[in-house]
Formats: sequence, C-alpha cells, structure tokens
Amino acid sequence: MNIGIVVFPGSNCDADTYHAIRDVLGHHAQYVWHEERSLDGLDAVILPGGFSYGDYLRAGAIAATSPAVRALGPYVAGGGLVLGICNGFQTLLETGLLPGAMQPNLGGQFRCEFVHLRTERVDTPFTCGLAPGDVLRIPIAHAEGRYVVDPAARPALAAHRQIVFRYCDARGDVTPAANPNGAEDGIAGIASPSGAVLGLMPHPERASEDLVGGTDGLRIFSSLALWITTGRRLSAQPVEVH
Amino acid sequence: MTGGVRTVRIIVTLKPGVLDAPGQAILKGLGALGHSGVQAVRAGRYFEIEVEATDGLDERVREMCEGFLANTLIEQYRYEIA
Repeated sequence: MNIGIVVFPGSNCDADTYHAIRDVLGHHAQYVWHEERSLDGLDAVILPGGFSYGDYLRAGAIAATSPAVRALGPYVAGGGLVLGICNGFQTLLETGLLPGAMQPNLGGQFRCEFVHLRTERVDTPFTCGLAPGDVLRIPIAHAEGRYVVDPAARPALAAHRQIVFRYCDARGDVTPAANPNGAEDGIAGIASPSGAVLGLMPHPERASEDLVGGTDGLRIFSSLALWITTGRRLSAQPVEVH
Repeated sequence: MTGGVRTVRIIVTLKPGVLDAPGQAILKGLGALGHSGVQAVRAGRYFEIEVEATDGLDERVREMCEGFLANTLIEQYRYEIA
C-alpha cells in the first residue's frame, strides 16, 4: 500500500499524518510536493491540514490551483481515493470534487478542542472499519469550519448518502450544543457519492496515539489500510465536478 | 480598445442573506470604539489587477472572478475596468 500526502506551502499537518500512517500503522507513506503532476502508483492521496498559502484569498482556494490537486479529477476517475483533512477538505470544496463551501465559524472563534463525531456511512474506504453510529472523539482546530451547501444541492447530498460524519455529543446525539462551528446539519465530513473522496474538518492524525489523547482517529487510517490491502473496489460512479 | 495595460478593480462580497460573522465582529469593534449609529457591516475583499488590454477583456475578468476570485456559491462580485 502506498499513500501520498500532498505538501503545500503552509501545510503543517503533513508530518503528523505521515507519522500516523508510517510509524503508528506501519504502512508506506510518501510526501508529494504540490507541483507534482503525476499521482501514479498511489493507492490514496491525502490533502493534510494546515494553512496552505496562508489561507490567502480563501482557505484552500490557491491550493486548488496546484498541479497535484488539478490531477485529482482524473486520479479519482481512474479509481484513486482522496482524503481531505481540515484545510484539505477546504481545498476539495474549492475544486468542486465535493459540494459546498466553508464559512467562518459561527461566533467568530477559532475552535481548538476535542469533539465527538457520529459515523453516518460505513461503506467508504475511510469508514469501512467502523459501525453505523460509532462515536469518534477527535480534535478540531479551525476558524472556517461552518459547512454550507446550496439548498438546491441538499436533496442530492441526502439521496447519495454523502454525509459521513456529524458533530455529536459523547452519547452520539447530534445536537446544536455539540456543533462547534454552526455547520449546516451538524456536518463534519462529507464524501463523493461513490465514497472515493472524503473530506472532514477534524484531525484524525491528532488522535492516533494514546500519548496525545486518544486513538479514535487511527480508525479512519486503519479503515483505509484495510480497504486497500484487501483489494476492495467501489462500484463505478460518475465523478461530478462543478 | 486594445493595447496597453488596464487596471481592473474588483470587489467581492458575500451574497445577501449569507451570514457574515467577520462583519458582525467588526460591527462590535466599531461599537466598542464609540462609533454610534453603525447599523450593519458587510466585510469583503478588494483586488486591483493590472492586465494587458485585449479583445474580450471583460469576459476574461468575469472568468477570473467566477472561477477563482469569488466563490460564487456564497459570494458575488462587481468590477470596473479603468
């Protein structure tokens, strides 16, 4: 298994992601500089968290113009898998590979804390090791995490089961109090209809060892490893790019 | 008109009805500084772009705005070419 982690100027969670995959899980990972045009040979590509290009223009907007990100469309069409974490999720939204946009957190605060996520969909490469309703305790660290989507696109989001994680309390109940940023419908992570592309605001790489507070995040990476090493395939779905 | 370099001034703002948390924070700041009578603040972005004047400049500017400078899901834009 070979995981590529794209590095942009301003990425700062690439090393933690690399550590979780290589040192904690024992799988092969490599850094992919954002100017790289080829994603050949990578079983999955991760866009890590951070402040690519200083969040200039909009968070993820300039990263979306880089060669490595522009190669993601064909990469996914060819069977590739993509995980966007925090700034990586914002970048995927800017490309249109995932629908919607991020706005500043309700209340104007940078929220940096552990949250709970309820697992809403388990037939994706990133959640195949979880059970429906599983609650993960993972930290967030963001100022723009308020997910919004065009009202006209909401029915499709539900019909294609694209909501993968919602903010919840420790018991798994999705409540306004459990929502740290005002994201629509408590949405913390969404996927493409096929499940090949997942974006989430929380940082699973920061919850991959008990030493730093918990290992629920590791379950996302180990799901991905399980999916790839057992040779699973997604059913063919058209890739919608906006 | 072609030839030369034109200055394009672009303003990007949130669409009406979209919640503007930074604008609200700025509104509070103005109040805290003692500015009375301020009823609302919408915060946006301003760009000045120097671009070669060619045919279809208007269309090119629109493409820059639609595809990059503004996120048209939640933002609108207006521009003037000097």
